[in-house]
Amino acid sequence: MIRSHVLICGGTGCTSSGSVAIKEALENEIEKNGLAEEVKVVLTGCFGLCALGPIMIVYPEGTFYNMVTKEDVPEIVSEHLLKGRLVERLVYHEKADETNVNTAMSLNETRFYKKQKRVALRNCGLINPEVIDEYIGVDGYQALGKVLTEMTPDEVIQCILDSGLRGRGGAGFPTGKKWQLARNLVQDGGKKYVACNADEGDPGAFMDRSILEGDPHALIEAMAIAGYAIGADEGYVYVRAEYPIAIHRLEIAIKQAREYGLLGKDIFGTGFNFDISLRLGAGAFVCGEETALMTSIEGNRGEPRPRPPFPAVKGLFGRPTVLNNVETYANIAQIILNGPEWFSSMGTEKSKGTKVFALGGKIKNTGLVEIPMGTTLREVIDEIGGGIPNGKKFKAAQTGGPSGGCIPASLIDTPMDYDSLLAIGSMMGSGGLIVMDEDTCMVDIARFFLDFTVDESCGKCTPCRVGTRRMLEILDKIIEGKGELEDIDKLEELAEYIKSASLCGLGQTAPNPVLSTLRYFRDEYIAHVVDKKCPAGVCKNLLSYVIIEDKCKGCTACARVCPVNAISGSVKNPHVIDTAKCIKCGACMTKCKFDAIIKK
Amino acid sequence: MKTLAELAAIRDKMKDKVAIREGSDTTRIVVGMATCGIAAGARPVLSAFVEGVNNAGLAEKVTVTQTGCIGICQFEPVAEVFEEGKEKVTYVKLNAEKAQRIVEEHIKGGKVVTEYTIGADNAAK
Repeated sequence: MIRSHVLICGGTGCTSSGSVAIKEALENEIEKNGLAEEVKVVLTGCFGLCALGPIMIVYPEGTFYNMVTKEDVPEIVSEHLLKGRLVERLVYHEKADETNVNTAMSLNETRFYKKQKRVALRNCGLINPEVIDEYIGVDGYQALGKVLTEMTPDEVIQCILDSGLRGRGGAGFPTGKKWQLARNLVQDGGKKYVACNADEGDPGAFMDRSILEGDPHALIEAMAIAGYAIGADEGYVYVRAEYPIAIHRLEIAIKQAREYGLLGKDIFGTGFNFDISLRLGAGAFVCGEETALMTSIEGNRGEPRPRPPFPAVKGLFGRPTVLNNVETYANIAQIILNGPEWFSSMGTEKSKGTKVFALGGKIKNTGLVEIPMGTTLREVIDEIGGGIPNGKKFKAAQTGGPSGGCIPASLIDTPMDYDSLLAIGSMMGSGGLIVMDEDTCMVDIARFFLDFTVDESCGKCTPCRVGTRRMLEILDKIIEGKGELEDIDKLEELAEYIKSASLCGLGQTAPNPVLSTLRYFRDEYIAHVVDKKCPAGVCKNLLSYVIIEDKCKGCTACARVCPVNAISGSVKNPHVIDTAKCIKCGACMTKCKFDAIIKK
Repeated sequence: MKTLAELAAIRDKMKDKVAIREGSDTTRIVVGMATCGIAAGARPVLSAFVEGVNNAGLAEKVTVTQTGCIGICQFEPVAEVFEEGKEKVTYVKLNAEKAQRIVEEHIKGGKVVTEYTIGADNAAK
């Protein structure tokens, strides 16, 4: 009998910090101690708390170990698995909560997980994604069975409509409506397709990857359900080639599903046929846009085309196609099994269910969080995220990546749902959430995202190809201290043209980071342009390093560390920085023990 | 796989195995496995519990786990049984045979093996 399960995270984050080697060491050590019949080691998907990886959980106790190394393994086996004593130094403690510091936290009690509601991520970190039986053990493929044997396609679509599920890829179009269009528009019995957008490209977003790695069968099951609902027998998953673990597990999952007859001909003896193939993207951001994605699946260069016609009418190979995002699919089986009322009881009036956010930037608990729609940004940052490190102040959060916008500190109580975010000039996007502290320059951030879209513009339409480039040039001018007030007006004017005239979502949303930073941090732009100052001290051309004479002891440390010999002065006498020579690397400021060097 | 029944069979077989990770409110047998416990022979006791529970077909309802020193080293090997809504039962001076009997009578039959409990041992003195 297996009395204990040791779960080790096999997501990309923990894998790159060595979790596979830990798993092997653990299995060896367990064997050596004669525990192989009692303790089972399971490599799972992502637990979400990536900042503390590699992560290990020991059940039935639910002990949560973090930052485990291979060297810790013998101690974990001899102490915990053999003798039942916790390896205290590896147990996750939430230091913010002093009263609880000596309690070994189980997963669901921690502040990081307490406010979370895991629906799309429910199996990530719970099951072994490479074993189909484990997925079946947590009710996997029950929804497909129910749909095929008890429900008509129209009932399936009605169920998804009633649930209020909206697309998790960013735009938030009602999923049921999309399915309905694809089902009803063509009644000639011709070919239709189901496709999955797994071309996750927003900088910092990795929830789709986690689902593919941690629960690939959930996607397969949902795509088969969609196939039944719209009358398709073929599905494509378009996944980026930069996700090797995700691709590997998806391939295993598809193979296992075929062996079990859960993909293929005559599923459950109902006469329903469905199969899935993978298509690997080469990492072009534009291929996350649905028309470009389908063009790429067809074997052509990934470029968008005008909509309408929408994919539900004319999609892959010119046929009606349902294209949904990975996270959207991850909700489907749950909705079928638990009912649309269950799903719509979570979230807000117009945004039902939960949303996964990839929490990154200046935040303590970097990782994946899944929260009911309508949870406020404050709860996400202060409670789940554990706040801003190093006692810095929260300045803004960027949602929606290069298509989205920023939420300033004054709006920290904004509920995170589709409509509230749109109303303040940001957007849900795929769920990237980048937190910025007081040391972040908003002009620089806008430039960063715009630089990304300029790089990733496919070049097919002029507003996006040329327009974003011109905007970037203006931002560069401002950052270099050569900006004029009318440049800000030019930025706004260009932004409007690009938004209204671009062919696809990439161009239509590219100006958003600039527009939203202008909306909330216009004074920072003006400081750059008029005062030639960067208030956050980021833009190199707008700041200079100065030595305060009174504080300088003449220790010469700064002069020795300066890479360009810009600092001069004799021993025990105040030193001086030659601003003409200075390259503003900041090395002197870091080196100075007397806080005598400042940026201004 | 051609039928839902086959799917349900796999699910039922796997459900118990995954349930251990969900912290369900099952009966727990906790064996003291500190140095004192191990020296007194807690290891065969743990194995006997594991085996007994499995043979009784109770693997999905009962978890067997270990703990450190309970602080009553003179009574080792010690095991405690926690059941939902009942007071915990502390068994002392165990061996593999006694463990098997506890599984048979207490875990399976619902009747505490009073003579092995700490109370009985104290009363005997």
